[in-house]
Order: sequence, then structure tokens, then C-alpha cells
Amino acid sequence: MFSVFEYVLIAVYVAVLLVVSRWIGQQAFSWMPPQATAEAQRVDDLFSFLVSIGAFILLGLIGIMIYAIAFHRAPPEDYTEGHPSRGDARLEILWTATPTLLVVWIAFQSFNIYQQLNILGLKQIVHLHTPLESAPAYAATVSDVPKPASETIDVFVKQWDWSFRYPNNVTSNQLHLPINRSTRLNLQAQDVIHGFYVPEFRLKQDIIPGRDIDIVLTPIRSGKYRLKDSQFSGTYFALMETDVYVESLDQYNQWLTQTANSEQTPANQAVAENIQPPKTLFNSGWNTVTPAQPGIANKRKQNNDT
Amino acid sequence: MTHDFSQEITGDRESENSQNQEGNNWQQYFTFNTDHKVIGIQYMVMTFMFFLIGGLLAMLIRAELLTPESNLVDRPLYNGLFTMHGTIMIFLWIIPFNAGLSNYLVPLMIGARDMAFPLLNAISFWILPPAGLLLLSSFFVPNGTAQSGWWSYPPISLQIPGGGLINGEFIWIVSLVLIGISSIMGAVNFMTTIFWMRAPGMTFFRMPVFVWSVLSAQLLQLINLPALTGALILLLFDLSFGTQFFKPDGNGDPIIYQHLFWFYSHPAVYIMALPAFGIFAEVLPAFSRNPLFGYRSVALATLGIAFISIFVWAHHMFTSATPGWMRMTFMATSMLVAIPTGIKAFAWTATIWRSKLHLETPMLFAMGGAAMFIFGGVTGVMLAATPFDIHVNNTYFVVGHFHYIVFNTITMAIFAAIYYWFPKITGRMYAEGWGKLHFWLTFIPANITFFSMHPLGLQGMLRRVSSYDPQYQGWNIIASLASFLLGASTLPFIANIVGSWLYGPRAVDNPWHATGLEWTTSSPPPRDNFEEIPIVKRPPYDYGNPKYSIIENSNNNE
Repeated sequence: MFSVFEYVLIAVYVAVLLVVSRWIGQQAFSWMPPQATAEAQRVDDLFSFLVSIGAFILLGLIGIMIYAIAFHRAPPEDYTEGHPSRGDARLEILWTATPTLLVVWIAFQSFNIYQQLNILGLKQIVHLHTPLESAPAYAATVSDVPKPASETIDVFVKQWDWSFRYPNNVTSNQLHLPINRSTRLNLQAQDVIHGFYVPEFRLKQDIIPGRDIDIVLTPIRSGKYRLKDSQFSGTYFALMETDVYVESLDQYNQWLTQTANSEQTPANQAVAENIQPPKTLFNSGWNTVTPAQPGIANKRKQNNDT
Repeated sequence: MTHDFSQEITGDRESENSQNQEGNNWQQYFTFNTDHKVIGIQYMVMTFMFFLIGGLLAMLIRAELLTPESNLVDRPLYNGLFTMHGTIMIFLWIIPFNAGLSNYLVPLMIGARDMAFPLLNAISFWILPPAGLLLLSSFFVPNGTAQSGWWSYPPISLQIPGGGLINGEFIWIVSLVLIGISSIMGAVNFMTTIFWMRAPGMTFFRMPVFVWSVLSAQLLQLINLPALTGALILLLFDLSFGTQFFKPDGNGDPIIYQHLFWFYSHPAVYIMALPAFGIFAEVLPAFSRNPLFGYRSVALATLGIAFISIFVWAHHMFTSATPGWMRMTFMATSMLVAIPTGIKAFAWTATIWRSKLHLETPMLFAMGGAAMFIFGGVTGVMLAATPFDIHVNNTYFVVGHFHYIVFNTITMAIFAAIYYWFPKITGRMYAEGWGKLHFWLTFIPANITFFSMHPLGLQGMLRRVSSYDPQYQGWNIIASLASFLLGASTLPFIANIVGSWLYGPRAVDNPWHATGLEWTTSSPPPRDNFEEIPIVKRPPYDYGNPKYSIIENSNNNE
């Protein structure tokens, strides 16, 4: 169905598209937050790859539509045929094969990167209380072997409060992580489903009440980040954030001893807002779950620890 | 044409004569009517009202998100707003609008006199208005509407701080179960109609792709909707009668709900999208004067999408304690959807290639919708890639992707359908200039609004937050302002449709010189659709046939 001129045109178009979509794919790195874990680098590589392929397909098809709009408009009263072609077996095979190959390629890349993340697997994610030897056969295909972690921090989460218990039994509402060391976070929710999410870490894990869920991460970039609740958890969902500090091991240990000696009672935003609601134009007056005082929360999590 | 004459007579006699209700008496739209065309219009007009309500809720949400602080609506109300916005748009706008459009078109397209079960058809419709009003009434119960999002995940959906048996969540579940029952009835009716009511010669591979897409979508309703209905009934038991199916503190498992919910609600996206693809397959060939390229593969790809979409639900749960092997399995199945959808997108593009484009309003909406679907499809494949999904899951990236599908693709397709079949349904032409104005007022703000959500999501702004960190404000202002313009874009549409329906110039039977049986009958069609049941001898999309290319033929195709 194509003339020689059109073949040349298509070839040039594809070549231009390849260059442009590769460039857009490179730009994709700058659309992401800073990379604060080793995993973040892998995820961003995958994102850039996906953006390159996506841009190629998007610009390719939309380009053809724009070309048709620019050069193939019919005179107003001309209702005769454009081309009578109903199909072309070669073309149809080509564009069934193209997405198939792309999908296989994308799935292969994603699988590879997922394995490199090695963040969690069946064994780690839910403690099934079965010995490791009896791990099912599929454990071999996707890496389910826990990554060795040098620290374990318990994360207690409730409406709308984050709290953390460190190895020396220090508790705090801030998450401190030593840089370049893998840390295991044991996530436990008390009431509803919450989510552990630091955008710079690229990792996210729902925290299901009644289950112990582990996530292992290795921060590689020091700084202060925000931990957010990523699974909708009710009225004060948006306020459920806390600070995350990635720092050197010395600073981390120093902070641990400091915190052990001084009992801290940080203000909880949800509690504050429940007592003193902000002025809004429309007030529904609907009831909300009352957030517990942080003091109570601290006590409960010490009695209630697993 | 004898029926025109009889139509005038019935118009004079008003509704006395129940046999001939196709006259101009508007009262018939408020009665229990068994004519599939009346039911179709009832569906479409009613769901459009809900679209307007859902849109107003969306504008309130966007107004709240203009500033980082919570200052327009209090937080419980905000949660109610986004819950009701999602619920209304999915369950009372797109899905039932598609049911209405399919109701109107399928019997005409396959050469049937009516749906297989006209009475059941009327019942399926008349369940919806009470269910919708019930849902809206929850704004006035003491503790307000359901506030846990349209997913209604337990245990958050089981927290009713004010107590009381009749609460927003209870009402939400009951109205959704009612809507589900209506959809299942409709699905049985559509499947039976398409299988058994086709005109002589209307083989499966002569059916328009729109009928293929209705068949596939309704098949999904039958297979998957019972899972949601079951989950909702269990949730209702947990909420009101003290059972513990999903309560973690009582040995229940909230994750089971997620599986049941997404087992329906992922295919629901295709229940919404497949008819939209069907609309593209009707409009694009008519306005580019080409046969639909690769008709057979497009028809089979429609079924393929439906089949694969049954096996992808867990990709909504990549972060919900889902084991690694399951993540990888569902990543692979989710990506498979890209193959049949790719076939469709390529076929649309090839249909447009080297054509004779007529850029009337339906074509603008169809091309705009198809182009935006490619964008939404690309981000969809990204979301299927587990490692990337883990980063953007539950962020505005997903919200942006989802709205590229449900608004920029499906709602645009719905507008294309309204303009395309408006002359057939009403017997009058719409105003072209107003239609084009509506298109540009929709297309540009919709892209600005929903594109802005992607960078927000990449940067980590979570969905469903009623306040946010100041760093996200820039894109939020852009999204909010564009969304207000998008809301305003419905005004020229309403003016055009209402004005043209009442006063528009009379339409000929086939104003677009299109193929398809619905264009061979009069506009609007008589009570029994056809003077006599047509015998189909041609392939579909027979563009290039002089029958459809000559101007003079349009008033009388026989």
C-alpha cells in the first residue's frame, strides 16, 4: 500500500523518532526526586527505558494522525473513498509482532530490575512461620532470600502516627537511618491499612494490620526526607508524615544515645487538628475517628510490642 | 415513507396509543417504556445528569487543592467528595451511559426490532434512578457519605465513628449492589440480543466493531461483576451485622476484599473502555472514508482484551503484601493487554492514513480520544512494570493515567458518539460551530489538567490527600485552573444539544454517508426500527462503495 516516496518518508520519520525518544528518555531522570537508595537508581533506569519506548510509540502514532490532518483533508462535499484497502496481512503481522516483542522486552527488563531490587519476597513480606527449607519451588525463580540487614527497626503505625523502635529499645517519631547500610524495617499496623513511602527511596509497602511485613532498604544519600502514608487511612491521612534522616553511622549512633537519655514528646499534627480544626469555608460537621495522644501511643506500643 | 405520516398522527393523539410512542411526547421518557430506544435515551440523559454532579464534586476537590492547606472543605467532607466523585463517575456515568448507548444502537446495528427482553431492559434502567438518588441522599445522613474512596477497602471502610445502622457506607454498599444487579440484568439482555436477534446475513464477522465491543464488555460484566457484588455483601455483613470476613482483629483478611474488588474493578476499566474503542471504530472510518483497517483482527482483539483483562487484577496490589511470584505473574499478564490494544491503535492509525478526512465534531472527538488513549496506554504499560509501579502506586501519576483513560479517552469517545448519532437519535442536526468550540474547550483543558498530575505523582504527591506539601503547588494550580475550564466546557455542549434537539434543522437519514444498518432507517427510527428487517449481504465498513458516497442518496437509501 505504500509508494517508494512513502517508504523513504517513513524511514526518515522512524530515524528522527528514535533520536527524539531516546533524548526524552534521558530527560526522564530529571523528572524524578533525588535517588536516595541503590534501588532508586535501578527504578529510574527502568523508568527512562519505559519513557523512551513510550515516547517512540506515542509520537509515532500521533505523528501519523497529524500528517493525515495536514495533508489528507477531503474537500467538504467529497464523500468518495480514501483508499479501498481493508487490510494487509504483512502489516497486521508486523504490528502484532511489534507490541509482542516490546512487551517481552519491557517485561524482561522489569523482571531483571525487580530482581536487582531484592527488596522483598514471599518469605520476607509475610512471616508465615514455616522453616526456610520448606520454601516452595517458585522461591528460586524470584529472589525470596532475605537480604542480610545490619539493623532492624520496628515501625509502628496507627491513625495518624508513625513511631519507630530502635535496636537499643529507643523509641522515636523520627526515622533515622545509617547511610550505606542495609536496614530491615519491620512494619506493623494497629488499626487500618497504611503504607510506607519515601519518594526518594522509590520503595513503597502497604502495612496490613495483623501481619508483620518487612522491607529492607539501603539509603545511599544523606539528607532529610519525608515519610508518607501511601494508603488512604482516613480523615487526617494527609497529615501522616514524619521526617526521615539518612546520616553517617557516627551521627546515627550519637542520635540514638541522645534520644535514649531524653524522653521526647513531639506534637502530633492530627491530634492538634482534632482539637483545633482549621477554618474552612464549608464545614460538614461529620464525625471523625479521634486520633490518640502521642503519649498514649508511645505507651501502647511499648506494652503491645511483638 | 409511511411511518412519518403515522408519526405525525401519534404526535397529535399524545400518549393514548402505547403502540406508537416514537412521537414527540416527552412524557414517555418518564414512564416505564419497553422501547430500547426510549430506554437508551433515558439512560443517556440520566447518566449525563450524574456526570454533571460528579464534575461539580471534582471541581470542589480541585478548588481545595489550589492551596497546600486544607481551607475550603473540612477533611471528612473532602474524603466524602472524592469517594462520591469516583463512585458517581464510574457507576452512574460511564458504565450506565455505555449501557444506554448500547441499548439504543445494538438492536439497530444488528437489524433487530428490539432487545431480547424488553421488560427486563426497562427494569434494569428503572433500578438506577432510585439507586443514584439513594447514593446522593447520603450527603444528608448525620455522618455524611462514605469516606473511604471508591475502593472502600476494609478496615477503613468499616470505621463508622458516629455509629448508627444507616450511615454513608451502608448506603454506598446498598446502592452499588443495586447498580450491580441492574448491570447483570443488562448484560444478560445484551448477550442474548447479540447472539439470537441478528438480522439474516448478519454474521459475527459482519457485525460492526461497536457490537463486538458491547459483546465483550457485557461478557466481562457477567463473569466479573458477581465477585464485586459478593465482596460488597460480605462488607455489608461486616459493617452492620458483626461478621468478621475482612476484619483483621477478628481473624478476617482485608486482602481478600482487595482481590475480590479488583477482580471486577480492573475489568471494569475495559467494560468502560471497550465501547469507547467501538465508537472509535465506527467514527474514524466514516470520517476518513476508508474501511476499518484490519477489521477482523480489531474484532478479535476486542475479545482478546476482554479475555486477558480477567487475569490482571493483582497489578493493583503490587504494594499490598503481594508475594514476589505473584507480582511477576501479574506484571506479565498486565503487559499482555498491550498486544491487542496495540493492534487496535495501529488499526485506527492505518484507517486514517492516506484518507479523506472530514473533521466534523465527532471526528475531532474520536481522533482526540484515540490520540489521548495512546498516551494513557503508554503510562498503563509503565504501571504494569512492578518496580516502577511500586514508586508511583497510589500517587497522582496513577490518577493522571486513570483520567487519561476515563476522561480523555472514554468521555471523549462518548462525546464523539453523542455528536455522531445525534441526528439519528433526535432527527435533527446539532450546530457544528458550537460542537467544535466544545471540542477545543474540552481537549485542551483536559490535557492540561490530567497531564499535570503525572509530574506530581513522579515527585511523590499521594492521591486522596486533602492537603499537601508546598513543593507540589505549582502543578496543582495548573491542574485546578484547567479543570475549572474543563467544567465550563460542558456549557456550550448542553446549550447545543438542548437547543438543537428542540430547534435544530431536520436531519437526513444518513448525514455522514456512513455504512451500518442504523443509517438505513429513518431519523429517528420508527418504533420497530425498520420498515422490514434488512438482509445483510455486505461486509461492514463498506466505504468506497458508491452507495455511501453519493450525496443525493442520503435521504432515501432504498
